[in-house]
Amino acid sequence: MENLTPVLLLADAAKSFGSVVALANGRIDLQKGEVHALVGENGAGKSTLVKILAGVHAHDSGTFEVAGARVKFRSVADSKAQGISVIYQEPTLFPDLTVAENLFIGRQPKGRSGLISQSSMRQRARTLFAQLGVPIDPDRLAEGLSIADQQIIEIAKAISLDAQVLVMDEPTAALSGSEVDRLFQVVRSLQEKGVAILFISHRFDEVFAISDRITVMRDGSYIGTWNTRETDSNAIVREMVGREITTLFPKEDAAIGEVVLDVRDLTREGVFRNVSLSVSQGEIVGLAGLVGSGRTEVARAIFGVDAYDSGSVLLAGKSLKPGDPKAAIRGGIGFVPEDRRKQGLVLELPVGRNIALTLRNFLARLGVISQSSERSHAKDWGDQLQVKASSLESGVATLSGGNQQKVVLAKWLSTKPSLLIVDEPTRGIDVGTKAEVHRRLSDLAKAGVAVLMISSELPEVLGMSDRIYVMNEGQIRAEISRGKATPENVMEAATSRQKVVG
Amino acid sequence: MTGVTSEIGASKIWQRINVRDVAMLGVLVIVIVINSFARENFASTTTVGYLLLDAIPIMMLALPMTFIIISAEIDLSVASIVGISAATIGALVLREENMVVAALSGVGVGVLAGAFNGFLVAYLGLPSLAATIGTLALYRGLALVIIGDASVGSFPETWTSFVQGKLGGTGVPTVTIAVLLFIGLAIIVLHYSPFGRGLFALGHSQDAARFVGVKVEHAKFWLFVASGLVAGLVGLYWALRYGSARSDSAAGLELTVIAAVLLGGVSIFGGRGSIPGVVIAVLLVATITYGFRLQRISDVVLVMITGGLLIASVTAPNYYQRIRERWRLISRAKASPAD
Amino acid sequence: MPVFLTRLSRVRELPVAVAFVTLVAITATLNPRFLLPQSVKDLLLNATIIAILAAGQAMVIISRNVDLSVGSILGLSGFATGTLFALFPDIPIVLVFLAGIALGAALGAFNGILVVTAGVPSLVITLGTLYVFRGLNNAWAGGTEHFSGDRPKEFSNLSVDTVFGLPIITLLAFAVIAAMAVYLAKFRSGRDFYAIGSDPDAARLFGIPVGRRVLTAFVINGALAGLAGVLYASRFSSVGARTGTGIELDVVAAVVVGGVAIFGGSGTVVGAAIGAFLLTTITSALTALRVDKFWQQAVVGALIISAIVIDRVSTLRNARRLRLEQARESFPALNEGEGR
Repeated sequence: MENLTPVLLLADAAKSFGSVVALANGRIDLQKGEVHALVGENGAGKSTLVKILAGVHAHDSGTFEVAGARVKFRSVADSKAQGISVIYQEPTLFPDLTVAENLFIGRQPKGRSGLISQSSMRQRARTLFAQLGVPIDPDRLAEGLSIADQQIIEIAKAISLDAQVLVMDEPTAALSGSEVDRLFQVVRSLQEKGVAILFISHRFDEVFAISDRITVMRDGSYIGTWNTRETDSNAIVREMVGREITTLFPKEDAAIGEVVLDVRDLTREGVFRNVSLSVSQGEIVGLAGLVGSGRTEVARAIFGVDAYDSGSVLLAGKSLKPGDPKAAIRGGIGFVPEDRRKQGLVLELPVGRNIALTLRNFLARLGVISQSSERSHAKDWGDQLQVKASSLESGVATLSGGNQQKVVLAKWLSTKPSLLIVDEPTRGIDVGTKAEVHRRLSDLAKAGVAVLMISSELPEVLGMSDRIYVMNEGQIRAEISRGKATPENVMEAATSRQKVVG
Repeated sequence: MTGVTSEIGASKIWQRINVRDVAMLGVLVIVIVINSFARENFASTTTVGYLLLDAIPIMMLALPMTFIIISAEIDLSVASIVGISAATIGALVLREENMVVAALSGVGVGVLAGAFNGFLVAYLGLPSLAATIGTLALYRGLALVIIGDASVGSFPETWTSFVQGKLGGTGVPTVTIAVLLFIGLAIIVLHYSPFGRGLFALGHSQDAARFVGVKVEHAKFWLFVASGLVAGLVGLYWALRYGSARSDSAAGLELTVIAAVLLGGVSIFGGRGSIPGVVIAVLLVATITYGFRLQRISDVVLVMITGGLLIASVTAPNYYQRIRERWRLISRAKASPAD
Repeated sequence: MPVFLTRLSRVRELPVAVAFVTLVAITATLNPRFLLPQSVKDLLLNATIIAILAAGQAMVIISRNVDLSVGSILGLSGFATGTLFALFPDIPIVLVFLAGIALGAALGAFNGILVVTAGVPSLVITLGTLYVFRGLNNAWAGGTEHFSGDRPKEFSNLSVDTVFGLPIITLLAFAVIAAMAVYLAKFRSGRDFYAIGSDPDAARLFGIPVGRRVLTAFVINGALAGLAGVLYASRFSSVGARTGTGIELDVVAAVVVGGVAIFGGSGTVVGAAIGAFLLTTITSALTALRVDKFWQQAVVGALIISAIVIDRVSTLRNARRLRLEQARESFPALNEGEGR
């Protein structure tokens, strides 16, 4: 490794919030003009590290240097002033302002009269976009821009602030194939200008395509840094996980019964087309693909939260009314959504109320809910799922991610569904709870429930599914059975533009 | 869990009433006591009678308003619906129509008005604040068109005496029974029914509610219809109670209703609140109003107090929380000095 | 479609401006006396007060707030004006203006401080202050009313004399509106209001001093309401306890009709002013068209609703169009045919 002063150096950094240790020993060093990947499982401490770089939190201890000089940020402004720009997964643009205004908010260029000069703002915006090679109309409102475009605008903003370090948190999470290509081009052009880029990602193909070095974190600590060319994804995964993968996902064999869910040619204009799939009793069917491939949208359409334009959904042979979640629930479908906090739970309500929410109609006698039966019901299912909370009255917002997911599961399992749809069941959950969730899903299948599992984590998909449907760009590209599935052929289908045979 | 909610499941009835409601009840008692000392015949049957007669419109309107605010919407047009209903009734009576027909039409107009509100908010997705400001003006305007400058007072004796009648010698108006039934119904639906459970979820998070099968648009639509129906009934009551139906009947009442509902602990953000709290708040406002009138303190001061109470009741919890946080930080800093 | 036209069609003020012109045109055609100098003058005078209130309210609403107490502030300021002239007949008119504006600003500051520090929606706070201020007005005025006879001729003449055919107070209103329009469009701190209204949390993150700006909006709005109160005393014959009651509704209507989104982030002061002129014109137009005056308020209500519905429908249309556009870009296969 070259012996130059790093553009940025964070070493032995620690950060705690009360008794919770978010970061035990963080380390990152960035060289000028390098693309550096930061990988680690959920809960490894990556986002805390990024927040320290961004100035959102101050580190409790450790060394933090920018271009050799010691720094301690007290605010986001400090970090920006030092040339560090951070782009989060959800870019925050002001929807009612134009692109140009978003770029220059707070520092709009002034004309000779001392008033804001719209034309000069527009000109500068155009120049920036030209530099990046991305044409975006500076006068259009930011509202409705795709995440990919919003990211580009954030990057343009960073350049206009003369950023020396660009940090991106899961930048490709919501991007389609072509948008990823475009982003990488931009990244390379920034690299040539000498900007150091740090990005967090779960996608190894991208990490290995674009990064120069990879840093691995695990359980709040720095594990190591490798030159990308000198390692491979298996080695990295081993460092991330610290154990062999195969033991983590025990899907036990179950007797496959009748077809429970039969989806035929489901289409929603501009979102997905001609999606056909089936799930039978005892099966766990995986729905794999990159983020943005349309899987969640298909699931939502099946469940009725979204509408669809054509096609049909049959539940145990009977046609299911579209756009009616109540009917779906009555028909025996449970849905554990992707966004736990905004869709799976009502954060402001206590644990007990959340669990009992799905069966509120069932718990009512002559239209009135008996409080005692509600409590006992909630307690039963909370216990069954082993939810760790001080009481049923605790706010569900105070629980850890894993426990929150257990609450969501409890609430759906209590409806005794014949089909359970789970969207990213173990996202943002610690490893221990992850195994619990997988075991639970496996038990469900054994009990005859049909499970449709959407997941972006390849090991999870490969380990848990009896069959895998792979989607890309709104269409099913392949159907692969457990015996034949490999990371390679799943990935190939997930990035393919055509239907993959076999 | 902090907050003023009293909808956490509890098996015993006395566990359900929360601190805030008890405090309000206490204030109500104090106000009554003060008034009884200040004025000899305050605690008399006549007082109770008039007080309740005045309180009933606010009480009735506050019930559906509570549901609506809990669902994170608002209905500013309620008083105008009362107006248009009263105007309809008055106009028909003026035209020598049968009182039954007039009454039914008045209430029917209320239902239609509520349905239009519901359509705008639930199905067109308009923000309820803006939409009901519009319908507030529209309905009041239509009331003007329907009845013009006239003030109709010639209602059949049987109807007016029923509305103004009292139960035996207690001084309590007969219609109170109906109101109590409504309150009971509201309590059951909001706090003990599946619909109510779904509504609280909806008020916090429409997304999460949809995922558990709550029909969001449906629910909101019918809440506005209910609000219109109740407002129609209040319109009928108003015409009979005051012996006059005019285009500006109940003008401005929506503010008192909303003030009472918020005073009763319902959060303007949605998802929190209780009927008992609102009932106590309405009684409190009515008692203070009446007491002031007896003391010949002008409505002016009362109006200021209502406004002041409203502001205090919504800002106090925040300030209290803020002070507690500051205190906690200070004591923690004292305990463990950082770098 | 030429870029110029597309951009024009997105101007939020277009619908209300078109409506205004159409209304005037139709009315004038049907009743030419509508455009007589005297009736035009009356129209302008009536619109002036609402336009000033609308300008201030627009600023508040753009920052995602609302101030329902403006009617009460106007009443207090108007009564203060009458009282000052009654007590001090020789008081310089400028002083009275300053007093009214200062009173309004102080009341606006009260609103603003509560909104900023209490974390409670401004709807609720100003609902309360609407009551409180009105109560103060009542308590102060009682049954007293001050009549224009007590006020100096020069003061009342502000509403009578014209310069270039426009009443002085109207010119004053134009100046105020122009100043505000420039501030909100061309100054960095002015643009902040739009950011705050569009996404208050993001605004905070960017270091925009949200609290300070919101307070400023309420103070300015209050000051303008105070100014409007003084002008009211100039224009109308009496000021008393009930002055300005209910005017907040007309103001909000004007602002909404003028293209300012109720949730903040977009719209302009000029649009709100046009909305104010439109609303007052309707009243006059209805009279000129011999429509029963009883229909006036209903028409105002219908207008508000139409304005919001049109805005909503076009937002939905745009969103759908954008979604399909994006899909076409990111999922070309979906739209060409079976995976080619």
